[in-house]
Amino acid sequence: MPQRLQLNVMTLPADGRLLPSPFPCKATLVSRVRDARMVKAGPQNRSTDDLRRGAQMAAAQAGDRAAYEALLRDCVPLIKAVAVRQAVPLDLVDDVVQDVLLTVHRARQTYDPARSFTGWLRIIAERRAIDLLRRVGRQRARELHVPLTFESYADENADPAGRSDYAAGSRRVKEVLATLPERQREAVQLLVLAEQSLAEAAIATRRSKGALKVNLHRALKALRAKFDEKRL
Amino acid sequence: MTAFPHDRLIHGLAAELTPVRRLPPPSLRALAWLAAVAVIAVCLAAFADIDAVRQRLAAAPDLWLAVLGSTLTAVLAAIAAFELSLPDAPRDWAALPLPAALLWVAASGFGCLRVWIAPQTHVAALSEARDCLVFIVALSVPLSALLLVMLRRACPLRPGLTAAVGGLAVAAAAATLLNFFHPYDAAAADLSVHAAAVAAVVAANRALGGRIFAGRIFAAAALPNDVTAAGAGSN
Repeated sequence: MPQRLQLNVMTLPADGRLLPSPFPCKATLVSRVRDARMVKAGPQNRSTDDLRRGAQMAAAQAGDRAAYEALLRDCVPLIKAVAVRQAVPLDLVDDVVQDVLLTVHRARQTYDPARSFTGWLRIIAERRAIDLLRRVGRQRARELHVPLTFESYADENADPAGRSDYAAGSRRVKEVLATLPERQREAVQLLVLAEQSLAEAAIATRRSKGALKVNLHRALKALRAKFDEKRL
Repeated sequence: MTAFPHDRLIHGLAAELTPVRRLPPPSLRALAWLAAVAVIAVCLAAFADIDAVRQRLAAAPDLWLAVLGSTLTAVLAAIAAFELSLPDAPRDWAALPLPAALLWVAASGFGCLRVWIAPQTHVAALSEARDCLVFIVALSVPLSALLLVMLRRACPLRPGLTAAVGGLAVAAAAATLLNFFHPYDAAAADLSVHAAAVAAVVAANRALGGRIFAGRIFAAAALPNDVTAAGAGSN
């Protein structure tokens, strides 16, 4: 890893001028060539750490949970280093780690133990880091983070008094209904409040449709009179 | 819990670990798919008039080149798609079928000149061209389904590109098999219908397959639930 991190510091060209290193998001030709070489490296070129990880992954493919858990733990610092190198903001590095761990889990059948595990992991981590940066970029282009909006601007359509007005109104209607004779009250309750048809109400009350209509009209007339009286 | 921030996820992933069968090399998997295509080709050849096909190809060298181009495109695009389906595959694999596709397009494009060079040949009418469209699209459906299922076993981190290259393999294979039932020389209108059919197959594969692959990789919703459940159980 120290060799990798050096890519991000200032480099001193031959003519002695100080120039910033290439933008870390873009893999340089040198690092691409090295990536390709690392992935295809034979066992003689692989570090002992890499060989151990490859063996652990092979064991994980066979279902060895302990080896798998140790391997994933071992991967976390590697993934973090890749994410930081891809210029992932520090607060998102753990998201990249989780994405990569899930991807490794999904893709574990594609790992070939003859190849470098570290190289395999690094390419997956780079891609998932770029995916995350794109996703976050898209999200930021669409969404605004304005936590004080709710406090600064009132909802013009909000009507806090409306609810209590409605409650008071329905209470008044109930009070006035209670003063009506029983037949009229029954007609209002069934035909208006329960929204039953004349035929249904007639069956329920065992009265004729005509009688129900008469009762309803009388009830409405009485109600109107009582509300006018109260308003006056 | 512990000081280690990803402990729960790692524990959950390890808890649900099941043994997996390692995928064969991409070229072998491509060969398996091409074998399926070859089986279909043999079945179709049983219904086709092979002698007429041979005579027609012998008479027109540009048709030969077009068939060679589409066959090569199918083979190379299938290999490229299986390579791209690996999570660590470089994007450059997508360029593998391009030379063959160029040969296919160039040789087919030469057929457009036929109307002027040899006006007496029987070129396809529009209704016959429609049959071509139906044939390519209809044959592409089972081939695409098989290819998507096979590609899905790997873990393509470039879902759109992988599916598009797979779609090219399917369309090229279907266009190659079309030659069994194409008793007229290709001409401009006919070839543009072929091109439209190929484009439609590639686009459909890219849209549909890309979504299927992406859903498997990017929507990690199904997995974390299991994982957090497993992690919570172990705490």
